[in-house]
Formats: sequence, structure tokens, C-alpha cells
Amino acid sequence: MSNAVLTGTHFMLGDHACAEGAIAAGCRFFAGYPITPATEIAERMARRLPQLGGVYIQMEDELASMAAILGASCGGMKTMTATSGPGLSLMLENIGLGIMLEIPCVVVNVQRGAPSTGLPTLVGQGDVMQARWGSHGDYEIIALAPSSVQEMFDFTVLAFNLAERYRTPVILLADEAVGHLTERVVIPPPEEIELWERPRPTVPPEEYLPYATDESLIPPMALAGEGYFVHMTGLTHDERGYPIINGEAHERLVRRLLEKIRKHAPEIIRYEEVLMDDAEVAVVSYGITARSALRAVREARRQGIRAGLLRLITVWPFPEDQIRELSRQVELFVVAEINQGQIRREVERAAAGQVPVAGVHKLGGTLITPDEILEALWVRKP
Amino acid sequence: MEIQFAGFGGQGIILAGYLLGKAIAVYEGKSASMTQSYGPEARGGACSSGVVVSRNPEELVDYPRVTRPDILVVMSQEAFSTYLPRLKPEGTLLYDADLVNPESIPEGVTAYPVPATRLAETEIGKRIVANVVMLGALVVLTRVVSPEALREAVRTTVKPDYVELNLKALEVGMAYAQNLLQPQEV
Repeated sequence: MSNAVLTGTHFMLGDHACAEGAIAAGCRFFAGYPITPATEIAERMARRLPQLGGVYIQMEDELASMAAILGASCGGMKTMTATSGPGLSLMLENIGLGIMLEIPCVVVNVQRGAPSTGLPTLVGQGDVMQARWGSHGDYEIIALAPSSVQEMFDFTVLAFNLAERYRTPVILLADEAVGHLTERVVIPPPEEIELWERPRPTVPPEEYLPYATDESLIPPMALAGEGYFVHMTGLTHDERGYPIINGEAHERLVRRLLEKIRKHAPEIIRYEEVLMDDAEVAVVSYGITARSALRAVREARRQGIRAGLLRLITVWPFPEDQIRELSRQVELFVVAEINQGQIRREVERAAAGQVPVAGVHKLGGTLITPDEILEALWVRKP
Repeated sequence: MEIQFAGFGGQGIILAGYLLGKAIAVYEGKSASMTQSYGPEARGGACSSGVVVSRNPEELVDYPRVTRPDILVVMSQEAFSTYLPRLKPEGTLLYDADLVNPESIPEGVTAYPVPATRLAETEIGKRIVANVVMLGALVVLTRVVSPEALREAVRTTVKPDYVELNLKALEVGMAYAQNLLQPQEV
């Protein structure tokens, strides 16, 4: 298996870098249904996984794809699927099941113009709230937004690590522009790639309760077929995994599932700040749009505008403490995203009226240009 | 620095962009991004690829799409009409002299006719390497990348059986361009 990690410097498509990140993270099971602009991930996995003793299955649809990666993960494999908005819509039912059953897996959404089949070959960032709230009920989700081909590799590895550590589905919220971009990717030697594994039971099978936890709130996971008795149901369940249908049990379970992510949010949340130290205006952006935002911020500085960039790496959990903190420093937030204000509303919520929040928005199909963001910063021109 | 290749599907427009981007990003250690655009047709539809090179090799290209190319390489009349207005006023244009009739080239633009498809047929016997002939000419005419970096990109990208063929295509393009640059004898 020496060719599992393609150590070296490559000039690689974003979607391919995602597939290589998954393989480097130990993913050996991919189930999917091809869809533009995520198809290149499936193609790469279809070629690479059989070489590595892994399994690639093209399923009949996205519902089944999601079910398959949950099942294989219960058997102990690291698993992934990749899709775009229309496919994510179909996966959401089973993503909810994965959250309820606490099954590690990675779901890639290479966003395109939407709603419906929309713009198959063109960029969009309109699935941010779908990723957050698309499945029914109260839950927390982790979603990462890569801005470069290198990050398609790095964040896919990170997505697996977070999925394993917190026993939860993680969404890689990419976009068509990054997925179809070709750039240099440096893949490190395997020993330099840090991998986290799911917590495993330390008690013998007769003492094991599948959903009993310590203060981490993350239950150790026994794998199918290794001698532990595991009962799994999407119904509200007790520590044994048995259905129990009442308000108290529901409060206990769902509260723990929420707190499991919230409690660990400070170690999950990641963002990058550029030129923020003395900034009076903060541009908030993510994914491909963060690159236009970076150029706009640098150009604004040349024009005497004290602008900085807050680039979201984890879109979810949203770094609301940091926005609250910045509300005491900056006089304006400008949110740039290829949707009609999905993260802008989050910034408004966290800023809570302390600071005005403006937006640079598009519907999809084209990128937001640096000039379009720069124009929104001119209100701060000295 | 922005370089745009354009033509129709089947001419290797995207491979040309990939080889140039790889030569710059991997073998010269600069920061470069390559994008592509094509229609639903496998062959014959409008097709383009772009390479953006960062001014600072340490920094990621901030906006990865070509907006105003410094260098434009066109291999079809349609591509010429579509992309010429976007070329920078002092930009460089390379066009396939047998496929493009350059009606009006703005003053300030340096234009080079390169009959890449004909050279590929007559010198190598395979028109499919016209894109790489064009790349060879591009290297000599613009010095956007070193010939050795481009050779290395060819060696590590095309299938082993086709490496020699493509390296030869590079040399044909380079020789033609060197000839173009010779002062004309009176």
C-alpha cells in the first residue's frame, strides 16, 4: 500500500485533491452517485480505491449512497460520499440518522448554482444553510469550507479527523470554483499526516453500553462483528441503544448530542484572520470568495482603508464569539458570499446590532470579483 | 501575469493550460492557478483554459480566474473574436495562422502568427500535438516559463508512449519561434 499517500508536489484538480485527502486520511469506502461538479471525486475514487484494497460503489441514488457510507462506517471503515446540492437534498434524511446514531463519515458538497438542478457546471455557495439545518430536528453539524486546492486535500483530512473524534458526519462544503481549480498541492509523507481515530470501547462486551459516555459526551464505538452487542435505531434511545419514547429520554439524548459539539466547539472552530489587528472594517468570507475578499482587502489598504479579512474555515460551528469580539473593534462588517446572505444573517445575529453588517451577494454562476467587494469598502475611505 | 488559451474542444487547449501551469507551479516553484471552461460537447465546442501566476511566489494567486490576459493564444476564429477585446493593450497574441484571420489587431499588441496545426502535420505527422507546438513557440516568444520546466511538465504528464512525440512538438514550436524572432534579411 505504498502508493496510498501520493507524497510529493502535484499540479492537481481540486476534486482530485479531495479524493487524495480522503485516501491519505484512511478512507477505503466510497459510495456515491455522480453529479457535476463533484463527479471527478467519484472518478478518482473509482480508480484509486480498488488499487488499495478499498471499495468503490456507485449506488442507485444519493439516499442509498448516504446509507451505504453509514453502514460501512459501523463496520469500522472510514467512509465518504461526494455530491452537489441536488444530491445533498436527498442525503439529508440519512445525515440526520448519522447524527442520531453518531456515525463518523464525510459528505462532500461541491456547491453549484441552485435551487433545483440550477447551474450544474457553474459556481454557487447557496447550500450553507442547507448544510446547517437541512435535516429535521435540532442538531449541530460540522462543515468546512476550502478556498484552495491545497485545502481540498488538507480539509478533507481534517474532516475525517473531526468526524472520527466527535463521532459525527462532517460536511466538506466546497464549491465548483475550488473543485474545478487546478493548483499546486503538496502531499506530505504519511508519517507527517496526523490522523485521529474514533474512541473505542475499553470494557469487555458484557459491560458495554453503546451510548454511555463520560464527560467528553462522546460514546466509545464498538464495530459490527467484533463481539460487542450494538443496537442502533433512529428512534430516541437510551444508553443501550434501545428505543425509549418519552420526553425525558429525548431531552437526555438530544441534549447530549447538541452539547457534544457545543462543548468542543472551541477546539473545532477554525478561522484565519488577515490584517485584522487594526482593522476598522472586517470582510467575512469563505470558500472561493475569500480569495476575492483577500485581494479586495489588500487593495483597500493601499487606498488607505483599514480593512481586514476574517476567513471562515469552519462555517459550522459558526465562530460567533469571534464576531462578538470583533464587534467591539470594527465599525463595519462586510460579508461576501455567492448567495443572498446566509452567513450575513449569522454575522448580524452575532453582532447583535452593535455594528452594521453589509453584504456583497450574488446568486451564482459567476464569482464575486475583488472590485465588487472593494466598492463595498469605499464607505470607509478616509 | 495572466495567460489565456482558447480554441475548440479536441485541440488540447486544456492540456496546454495544464502543462504551462504545472511547469510554472511545480518546476519553477511559483504560485499558479489554472482554470478551464468548455461546453457540453466532447469536441468542436468553444473551449478555453487560463493560467494566473502570482506576483509573489510565496502567496497563493488571490483571484484565480483570468480577467485581462497579458498573453492570449488562440486556435480558432471564434476564440480570436471572443478573447481579443480582453487582451491587455500592451499584450501578446499568438494565433494559429491557418485557422485565424486576424482582421484587426489593436496597436500596441504584439502579434505572432504560428501555424501550429500545419507544423504538427508536416514536421511531426500528427496534428494532435498542435497545442504543444504552440506551447513551444510561446516559451520562446514570451519567456513566461523556462523550456526545461515545460519539458519536465510534458515528461510527467503525458502517457509514456507519447513523451517523445510531445517533446519533439515542443522543439518544433521553439525552432519556429526562434526563426520568427530573427531579424529579417534585407
